[in-house]
Order: sequence, then C-alpha cells, then structure tokens
Amino acid sequence: MASAAETKKHKAPEDAASVVVRFAGDSGDGMQLTGGQFTLSTALAGNDLATFPDFPAEIRAPQGTLFGVSAFQIHFGSHAIRTAGDAPDVLVAMNPAALKTNVDDLREGGLIIADSGAFSARNLSKAGYEENPLEDGSLAKWQLLSLDMSEMTLESVKPFGLGNKEALRSKNMWTLGLALWMFDRDRQPIVDWLNAKFAKKPEIAEANIAALNAGHAYGETAELGYAFQPRHVDAAPAEPGLYRTVTGAEAISLGLVAGAKLAGLPMFFGGYPITPASAILHHLSRLKQFGVTTFQAEDEIAAIGAAIGASYAGSLGVTSSSGPGIALKGEALGLAIMTELPLVIVNSQRGGPSTGLPTKTEQSDLYQAVYGRNGDAPMPVIAVRSPSDAFECAIEAVRIATRFMTPVMLLTDGYIANAAEPWKMPDVSSFEPFPVSYHDEAPEKGGHFNPYQRDEKLARPWVKPGTPGLMHRIGGIEKGSGSGNIDYSASNHQEMTDLRAQKVLNVADDVPEQAVELGEAGETLAVVGWGSTYGPIQQAVTRARAKGRSVAQIHLRNIWPLPRNLGELLKSFDKILVPEMNKGQLKTVLRDQYLVDARPLNKVSGQPFRIAEIEAAIEAQLDG
Amino acid sequence: MNDMTPVTTTLKDWETDQEVRWCPGCGDYAILKAVQRTMPQLGADPANTVFVSGIGCSSRFPYYMETYGFHTIHGRAPTVATGVKLANPELDVWLVTGDGDGLSIGGNHMLHLLRRNLDCQVLLFNNEIYGLTKGQYSPTSRPGTRSPSTPFGSVDRPVNPCAFALGSGARFVARGIDVNKKLTDAFKAAYAHEGTAFVEIFQNCIVYNEDVFSDFTDKKTAPDTQLWVEHGEPLLFANGTKGIAMDPALFGARVVDVADGDWEAAGVLRHDQTNRALANMLVEMPFGDYPMALGVIYDDPRPTFDGAVMEQNAAASEGKSDDLQALIEHGQTWKVGK
Ligand code: SF4
Repeated sequence: MASAAETKKHKAPEDAASVVVRFAGDSGDGMQLTGGQFTLSTALAGNDLATFPDFPAEIRAPQGTLFGVSAFQIHFGSHAIRTAGDAPDVLVAMNPAALKTNVDDLREGGLIIADSGAFSARNLSKAGYEENPLEDGSLAKWQLLSLDMSEMTLESVKPFGLGNKEALRSKNMWTLGLALWMFDRDRQPIVDWLNAKFAKKPEIAEANIAALNAGHAYGETAELGYAFQPRHVDAAPAEPGLYRTVTGAEAISLGLVAGAKLAGLPMFFGGYPITPASAILHHLSRLKQFGVTTFQAEDEIAAIGAAIGASYAGSLGVTSSSGPGIALKGEALGLAIMTELPLVIVNSQRGGPSTGLPTKTEQSDLYQAVYGRNGDAPMPVIAVRSPSDAFECAIEAVRIATRFMTPVMLLTDGYIANAAEPWKMPDVSSFEPFPVSYHDEAPEKGGHFNPYQRDEKLARPWVKPGTPGLMHRIGGIEKGSGSGNIDYSASNHQEMTDLRAQKVLNVADDVPEQAVELGEAGETLAVVGWGSTYGPIQQAVTRARAKGRSVAQIHLRNIWPLPRNLGELLKSFDKILVPEMNKGQLKTVLRDQYLVDARPLNKVSGQPFRIAEIEAAIEAQLDG
Repeated sequence: MNDMTPVTTTLKDWETDQEVRWCPGCGDYAILKAVQRTMPQLGADPANTVFVSGIGCSSRFPYYMETYGFHTIHGRAPTVATGVKLANPELDVWLVTGDGDGLSIGGNHMLHLLRRNLDCQVLLFNNEIYGLTKGQYSPTSRPGTRSPSTPFGSVDRPVNPCAFALGSGARFVARGIDVNKKLTDAFKAAYAHEGTAFVEIFQNCIVYNEDVFSDFTDKKTAPDTQLWVEHGEPLLFANGTKGIAMDPALFGARVVDVADGDWEAAGVLRHDQTNRALANMLVEMPFGDYPMALGVIYDDPRPTFDGAVMEQNAAASEGKSDDLQALIEHGQTWKVGK
C-alpha cells in the first residue's frame, strides 16, 4: 500500500484504471478460496487492491438458498486503492441465488459471468425466480456471459476418475482460470499453491490444476467477442520495498508479537472462540517460539481473568473478542483498571446488539470501549483503520499499556479482520524498543513498599511475584493512595478516582497531535472518521477536493484520550461531518468533549460505506 | 507445590500488619491461623507464594497473608490463578474461595480448573450461606434453609462440593473443619500434591448460619459422627466400634459394627487414597445414616496443566527461529521498484 504522502499525490479518480470483481456462489462453491487466490495473483501483478469477503453466518447453509450465498469482492488498480469498491464491474455468479442477491449492485453495463449449468429448475425456484433470468432478457442492462461451467469442469477433470460431487468441487478453479485469463495473469503461483495444499492428495491437486487450465484455455480459444477481451491492469505505483498481502487479524497478531518483543516481555494470550475474532487466537497459537503462550479458556471471562493473572505475574496479558464477549469481560476490565495492570484487549467489532450480525461489519462498540464499565473506569482506546495499519496500532497498544500500567482497548472490525491488502512489510528494527523494567528494589528493613506509588506519568510500579521483600496485595476493592491497603474513606476514593482518570488523560501527552489527512485546518468542512471507514472517506474527500470543494479529512487513531489538539483543530472548521457504521457514537463523544456541532452520517447495514454515499453527504453539508 | 529449597520462616513471617476484619468468633480466624502455622512447616517462601481469592468473607484472606496476593472479583479467582501459574509455574499458588464464590457464580471456572489440573491448592470455605451479602442461602445450603431471600425455606437441592470436585476430574480431595487441628495435615498433603488440590473446609459463620455443622463438629459426639480417613488404615469410627464396609447389593458403603476390634472380620475397608470409586463412595455418604468422611479422601496425581503447557511450548518452539522479521516476511512476497 502506498504511503499517505503517496496517496496525496495520487488524486486520480478511483475508476480511472481499476476494476471491481465480485465472486458470488453457494457457501459450498469455494468463493472465498477463489477470491483469496485471485487476490494473491493481483498482488503479485503489482496492483494495489482492497478486498471484502462477505459470507453467511451459517457454516453450511442449505444449498442454493439466498441466505447461503457467499461473496468475495476485490477492487484492484494501477493507482492507490482505498476501498473494496462501490459497484462491481464484473459479477461471477455460480448459481441463481448468487445472481439474485448480487446483481443489483453491479454497475450498469457491467459484466455477468454465470454458470448456466447451475440454473436448474430447482435452484431457480430456491432463489425465487419464476423464469430463468439467463434466458428471459431481464438482465438486458448488463452484459451477460452464460457458460455451462459445471459441465466444462466435469469434462476437464474426467481423466482423474473423480465422483461427480468431488469433480464439481473444482468448479471454483475453472472460474479462477477464466478470471486469470481475463486479467492477463500468471497461473503459476496458483499451481504452486495447489500443489502445496494438496501435497498429500496429488490427484486432487492435478484435477484442480486441470480445471484451472481449462478455464484459462476456454477464455483463450472461445470467441467471446470484443467485450470479453483480456484487460491488463498495470501495476500501481507504490513505494519501493518488499510487499505481501495481509489481513487485519494477521497484522494484529504480528503487531502484538512485535509489541511484546519491543517491551521485552513474554506474551500470554487468553481467548475464547467468537466470530470474527477467533483468527487472532489461531494465528498466535502457532507462534510459541516467540514466547507466546495461548490459552483457550472456558469462557470470555476466564480468558480475560487469566490474561490479568498473567500480567500480574509479569507477562504481557492480552485478550481478544467481539462485542458480546467484550460485554462479558466488562467486570474484569474494571479489575484491570483498579489494579492498574497492563493489558491489551482487542475488539473485532461486528453488527450488534446481542448476537446481532456475527459475520457482518459495524463499528458500534465505541461507547462500550470508552464508557462501557461500572464506575468511573477510563481506559485508553485505539482504533485500527486498515489491515496494514493494524500492525502499528497493536504495537502502540502494548506501548501505552506497559508505559502507563493500564488496560488498553484496541478496536478493529470484522471488515478489517478479514479483508486483505498489500502491505509494505515494516522493518522491525526501525521501531524504537520500549523495554519494561519491573520494580525490584525492596524497601529498607522496617520500611514499607507502596504498590500504588506513582511516577511522573502517574503509572504505578510493576512488581513480579517471586521478588523478595516486595510482597503486597492488590484487588478490585478501593485502594489507599500509595499504600494499596483497603481504604473506603471518602477523600481517598475521590483522590484515587481522579488519579486513575488523570493517568489515562496523560496518554494524550505521549501520542502525536492529530494530523489532517487531506486538506488543511480552517477549511469549510472536516470529515472526521475512525476505524475502517478510512478508505471510503479518503476517496470521497479526494473526489470532492478534485471538484474544488473546501473539505478536509481527519482520521482518529486515538479515540481515548482524544489527541490534545483535536478540539482546537475541529473548531477551525465551519462544519464537521462524522461518517460512522453506527448510530453516531464518535459524533456524540466529539459533541460532549468539545461542544462542536458534529453532524452524523450513519450506516448500519452490515456493509462498508460506499464512496458515493459519503460524497453525497459532503455535498449536502457544503450546499446545505 | 514446587521443588524449591525450603525456606526457614516462623508463623510471624506470614502475618501482615492489616487488622483482620472478620466477625469475632468467625471460623475464618482458625483457618487463617492454621494456614500461617502450616507454611513454616512446608518450608514455603513468602516471596514465592501467591494467594488468589474471589469475593466473599473468605476472599479477604490474601490481605492477611504476608505473601503476594490478589483479591479478584466474584467467582473468577480460578481464572486469575490460571494466568498467574501459566505465566510463572515456579510460583506456589493458593486459591481461597467460598461456597457461593467457588460453586455458584464461579462454578464454571472451578469445573475447568479441576479438569485441567492446574498445580495449585484450592481452599473452599463452606459455610452454607452468603455471609458478606448478609445471609442469603447458598448453593450448599440444605433444603428448607430460611434466609432473607428464602423466607419460606429454600427448595433447591444443594451441591456436594467434594462430589462436584471429583466429578470435574479432581485428583486430590480433602475435607477439614475450621477449628480442627487436623486441618494442617490436609494443607500439607494438598501442598505436596502436584495438580489441583481441592480442600473443603467446614467453616462456621457465627452470624448467619451458626452451628449449621454442629451435628458432626460438636466435640461431644465427634467420635460417632466423624470418620477420619487415613491412607492404608481401616475406615473406623466410634472409637473403633464401627466401620465402613462395602455392600455389594448397594454398590456402596454400609456401616458395620466391629466387635473386639476385629475390623477385618467385620469386612471394614482399608482406606486407599488412590481409589477413585472409594473416594466417590466416601464423599457421597449421606450424613446421618453415615458419619462425615474427613481427611485426605483422594490423592492420585496426574500430569498438571501448567506442566503440559510448558512442555508443548518448548516442543513447539524447538528448532524454530524467533526471527520476527522472517515471520513477517513469510509467505508469498513481491518487490516493488529498485
Ligand atoms: S459473616 Fe459469617 S463468614 Fe462472614 S465474617 Fe462474619 S461470621 Fe465469618
């Protein structure tokens, strides 16, 4: 991904040399795999890209149904790509249900590639079609390429003697082969990947490769007409360096490991399975050689309880979940705040409330992160904007947690967790280490160790059990300032509550001032965002600025405490627009903290913002 | 427990300067003293000892022990103890809990602590009542218990802590009484056991549930109501005139009379602390028809959770590079420019 500076130079409209492709099929059709491999080939071709995997909550939804459709969208181009794209240019529909649920998003004149072999009477009726749309002319505003991919796949894998069902599994590779041809891509990396994946079942690897080649050959030989000629998308200009693709979940895991290393601490990760956060537990459980201990607990509460215990014992405690699990951890978060232990809590947000939309994205846990505990219980909150940003944010969370002896909430979301983008791999040695030192000086004989004595930033000392002469007791009950003994007195509670709040506010002096991403302070409109809305906001602001509108983009990483210059910065604009995938949570915090007239733009459909939606809101603000 | 060099301490070394704040006459005082008296005998090191507790009267315990201590939140002591021990397996971890904390709000954690077999000692103070919240009935209260929340008597059946522990996979189960001297023996055996050692202590809450255990703790009737088990010794009580035999028809225990000390003739069983079926039988004996089984009922160690985690961490790391840069650059990569 290009740097911020690079982005600013590149104000080409998003659609100049970029394509949006959506693969959609039944959950069993392997669309996520197709998308993932197409992403890899796109990255290797040097395009910039962003993806949006969108799959059903059910593991094996009934075949052919509308709610069983799984889709993968990729947006790639020869310039900086910031979103997964508004409207697809190409829709690959593997069955009637996939066509029905996706075709309305396709831009007018876009291309539909449909597997006519899957448009049986039964599948048509499951999708609620009375007539076959491939034949009744109802798709006239788009270009249609109707192919019997099922049949051609079966034909291509015939030599391998697979059963019908097994053979049809290669259909996604046939599709991928055709897509690779369309965009002038090299098949070899996919062949290598198939050989590695099916090393133990070479006949399955061969069959898949045969299907891949057949799909590619079909594109080459069939005379599909001018509209279907291969399109080469040039490599996007990017900063020189070594790249790979990365998802948010991977980048957070790597960032946590890097953070622990920079702090010089072993890491203890307590987790409990929950969508879409489990991927972090999966990644970290394979990294034991980096001093990582992972613990799949009996529930969300045990996961954080164990992480707190590990922090008390001198490790970096980390726990992760999604909204409902974070709710369960709430009481323990208060304990970590009260005992002033370092802890990182990752929330991969999903649609809520309650079970809500487990596989859909939303950013509606901001209130929960900032305010969601009993008592006055402040904690620093950091929000990740993109998969590649997640690495640095995770390191920053570890740094703040250990420097200030506090739990830190790291907000990401289902979109960032699953989406992939090119990542210019960081040089770990370029990060400044922040080694932790435990307190180990015992007081003179007869003297007292005060576990709640404080340094200049108000952090208390971290003492590892096992250290001679420093035995002390901590707990969730109110502590005497300094001594740490139980103390219910009125003046002490006032003092300790104030100290805890001030300590967290002190973080603002330790993080950079808020920058303006696009435009400058003092313009007419500021569009203020946080988290994964970064991409669409940036594109919308870029377009508006290209039209000469006076609009700037401000994107927050530090949600709490807010950057120290933010109030002044916001007040330099006439108007403030806050697009969020919730009902207006950051907007409320900004109004509360700065008494500014922040206006909301809200979307809670489980889908990321479209650029056009934000663009329209910008126009409305400026013209209104 | 850990194989550390024994440290010489006295009871005084284990006392803090904090004023102990239980109700005068509460059984907790006796338990605290018993623990403080046991520690020097174990050769334990205060600096290497961590007491973790939840919420309730018993959970104030860590404040009175001159060790590392963590007074956590209601029911969650097993979770924090798990993190402490996994982060540093060298520490001696003790967990102090009660019937409400350990078996109601924290019942789930207790189950998993026991099945995993984390190396720690669990001291469960059972007073069959919620003391700190002023006397509501608890999950170990007997049916019919009248309390502020059950003015007409409780109607639900109680849980038997030791049976729960065995059912959860515990490899060590012992029972003691707050004021009974033999409590220290149970603590010593618990400390010597590698794995989760579960000790149920009958504790008298003199304010809200006074004398609820007196039918077997009363000194006068104790010989007839208490069965102190000892590994390898016959299961005798009532000054050797009664014993526990196996009744094949019941698949369970039967009280038999022993004439002239000839317990073998009466069919009395020898206690075998490694016999799980026997342990189940002893903890399930309904008091009244049977005496209350006390002492170390079951002690048969198995590999610990913390040991297994450390072993796997080491095995999975072996021969693998901890080069973070290489990890980041793992997989398919491409170069741009220059
Ligand atoms: S309420 Fe009962 S258990 Fe609690 S301190 Fe008083 S006597 Fe002891």
